[in-house]
Amino acid sequence: MSQDPQATEEYSKKAASPYKWEMVVDLDRCSGCEACVVACHAENNIRISGEEEAAEGRAINWIRIERYWEGDYPNVKAKFLPVMCQHCDDAPCEPVCPVYASYHTPEGLNAQVYNRCIGVRYCGNNCPYVARQFNWFDPHWDEPLAEQLNPDVTVRSGGVMEKCTFCVQRIRSGKEAAHKEGRRVRDGEITPACVQSCPTSALIFGDRNDPDSRVSHLKKSRRGFHLMESLGTHPAVTYLRRLSE
Amino acid sequence: MTDRQTVWEEMPKINRDLLSPLQTTTWTYYLWVGVLSCFVAAGAGAWTYQIQTGIGQTDLHHPIFWGSYIASFVYWIGVSHSGTFISGVLRLTNAEWRRPVTRMAELMTVVALLVTALFVFYHLGRVWRFYYLIPYPNQRELWPNFRSPLMWDATAIFTYATASTIYIYLPLIPDFALARDRIQGWRKTVYRWLAIGWHGSQAQWRTLEMAIRIITPLIVMVMISVHSIVGFDFSMALVPAWHSTIFAPYFVVGAVHSGLAMVMIGLYVLRKVYHLQNYVRTEHFEKLGKLLLVTTLLLAYMYFAEQLTIWYGKVPDHIAVQNSLLYGSYAVPFWFMVSCIYVIPLVTLVWPRFRQWPVGLMMVGLIINLGMYIERMLIIVPPLAHPRLSFQWDEYFPSMIELAILVGTLALALLLYSLAVKFVPVISIWEEKLGKKHAQEH
Repeated sequence: MSQDPQATEEYSKKAASPYKWEMVVDLDRCSGCEACVVACHAENNIRISGEEEAAEGRAINWIRIERYWEGDYPNVKAKFLPVMCQHCDDAPCEPVCPVYASYHTPEGLNAQVYNRCIGVRYCGNNCPYVARQFNWFDPHWDEPLAEQLNPDVTVRSGGVMEKCTFCVQRIRSGKEAAHKEGRRVRDGEITPACVQSCPTSALIFGDRNDPDSRVSHLKKSRRGFHLMESLGTHPAVTYLRRLSE
Repeated sequence: MTDRQTVWEEMPKINRDLLSPLQTTTWTYYLWVGVLSCFVAAGAGAWTYQIQTGIGQTDLHHPIFWGSYIASFVYWIGVSHSGTFISGVLRLTNAEWRRPVTRMAELMTVVALLVTALFVFYHLGRVWRFYYLIPYPNQRELWPNFRSPLMWDATAIFTYATASTIYIYLPLIPDFALARDRIQGWRKTVYRWLAIGWHGSQAQWRTLEMAIRIITPLIVMVMISVHSIVGFDFSMALVPAWHSTIFAPYFVVGAVHSGLAMVMIGLYVLRKVYHLQNYVRTEHFEKLGKLLLVTTLLLAYMYFAEQLTIWYGKVPDHIAVQNSLLYGSYAVPFWFMVSCIYVIPLVTLVWPRFRQWPVGLMMVGLIINLGMYIERMLIIVPPLAHPRLSFQWDEYFPSMIELAILVGTLALALLLYSLAVKFVPVISIWEEKLGKKHAQEH
C-alpha cells in the first residue's frame, strides 16, 4: 500500500464498508451466447434500438460480448470477451465529471447519478473499457414492451450517460433482506441479471470482503487477470484465462 | 519644423478616415448583414431541432463521444488568441508596427470567445441543465467538480473573456470620447456612457497608460494558460494519443498559428472594404507573414516531435491511431491538413517577394484556417475512434445538423464582427496618431 497517510486512510475507509462487490468472468466457460445481454436489457430498462440505430452505433448494451478471431483460415477460432463496467477502484471516469454525476460508493460500486448528468460525455471518453453508454435520444418501447419495465430501475431520458450498475437494485434488496434478519448477506444470495441467466455459469458475483465467498477463492486463481491491468484502474471484475491457453 | 507641421495637418484626416465606417453605411453592408442573418437563423433552427429531438442528431456515437462541436470549440478559442497575441505581445515588445493591427485583432478575440462559449452548449446532452456547471449555492449543497479539466476550462475561459473585454475596452476609451464628440443622435449617449468622462487631461492619459501597461503582461499570461488548459482537456484523459505532455504548448502555438492567419484575412478584407491602404500597408502584411512563418516552423517542430515519438515507440494503442492517420481511414484529411498548415505556408512565406503580396498572404491565411480546423478534428476523432479494445473501433463524419450549426455559427461570428465594425473604430485612432508623432520625433 501507499505510504501516503491520506491515501492509506482513504483505503481503509473503502475497506471499512461491510461489502465489496466483485464479479468473476470465467472465459473458459463463456460460449458467447449473449443470454447475459438480453437479461441485462430486461432487468435494467435499457432502451431498445432498432436495426438502423444499431448500425449507426447507437445501440446501448451494459454488457456486451466482444468477439475476436484468432488464427488464419481454416484454423480460425472465435474468442469471446464479455465486457461490462469494471467498477474500478481508481476509475478514470470519476474525476473528469464536472458535476459529480459519476462517483464511487463505499461498497466499491462506480455509480452514475442520472439526475445530475448533463451529458458532457467526458467519462465516456476516459473509460478505457468503453463501458459507458449514452442515451442519444429519449427511450422508446413498442407496446407491449413498455408494460414489462422494471419498477425498481429508473428509466433514463435522452442526453444522459449510463452503464452497468452490478444490478444495484438487487444488491440493495438483498442487503435489506439480510438486515431484517440481522445477518450479513450470504454468498450467492445476490445475483445480477447477467449472472443469473448465464447458462454455463461463466459469471460469478459476490462479496470480496467475505474470505469464504466464491469470488474471493476464484480471484486468487492462477488464471485470474484484470482487463488492461497496466492502466492501474484496479477493476472489481476479475477475468479467468481460458484453460486451453 | 515642416515635418511637425504635416503631422499636425494629418490628424483631422486620420479622424475622418477612421471614423467614417461608423458614420456611413452602404447598401452592400445591409445586404451582407441580411445574408449572414439568414445563415444564423438556419443554424439556430438546426440547434432547436437538435435540442428538441436529441443529441443523436449529430453523427456522434459510441465510442466517439466528442466530435465537431468540441473541435470547433478548440478552433474558435484558437482564433481568439489572435488579438491577445498580436496586441499583447507586440505591445509588450514595443513593436511600433502593431498600431493599425491591434484593434481589429482584439475585436476578433472578443467575438471568437462569444462564439466559443456557444459550442459548449451545442455539445451538452441536456443543455437545459447547463447551470449544474456553475458554482452556485443550492439546497443540495452540490458543488461542481473542480478536479475535472472541464471545470478548469470553464474557469479559464470565463477569466479570459472578462480580461480580454477589459483589455479591448481600455484603449477604446479615448476613441469612444472622440466618437462622442463627432457623432450625433442616440449613439452619442451610448458613447458618452462608454467614454466615462474622458476629456484627455494629462492625468487621465497617465492613468490609462499605466492601466494598459499593467494589464498587457497579465493578459498574455492568461492567453497562454487558457489554451494550455484546453490542451489539458485532452491530455489529462487516458485516451491513446491524447495522453501526451506536449499537448499544452502545442495547443498554444496552434492557436496562435490559426489566430495570426485569421488576422491576415481580417486585415485584408477591412483594408479593402474601408480603403485603409494609408494605414494598413504592405509592411504590416510582411511583418505578419514573418510571424506566421515562425509559428509554422514552431508548430511543425512540435508535431514532428510528437509523431516521431509515437512512431518509434510503436506502443500498440498509440500506433493504431497514427496508422489511421498516415495511411488509414483518416489519411486523406491528414495529408491535406499537413499541406495546409505546414507545407503551403512554408514554401510561400519564405519568399520575401511573396510576403509583399497581400492577396497571397490572405489566401495563405484562409488555407491555414481550413487546415487548422481539420487538425482540430483529427486531434479529437481518430484517438476516440481507436480505443484499446479494438472490437469497438469506429468512424465518424459530422451530420447535416452538425454542419448546419457549424456554418450558422461561423455566420454569427462574421455578423458580430461586421456589427462591431460599425460601432468601434477598427484602428485605434489615438494610438495611430501617437505612432505618427513618434515617427516624426525620431
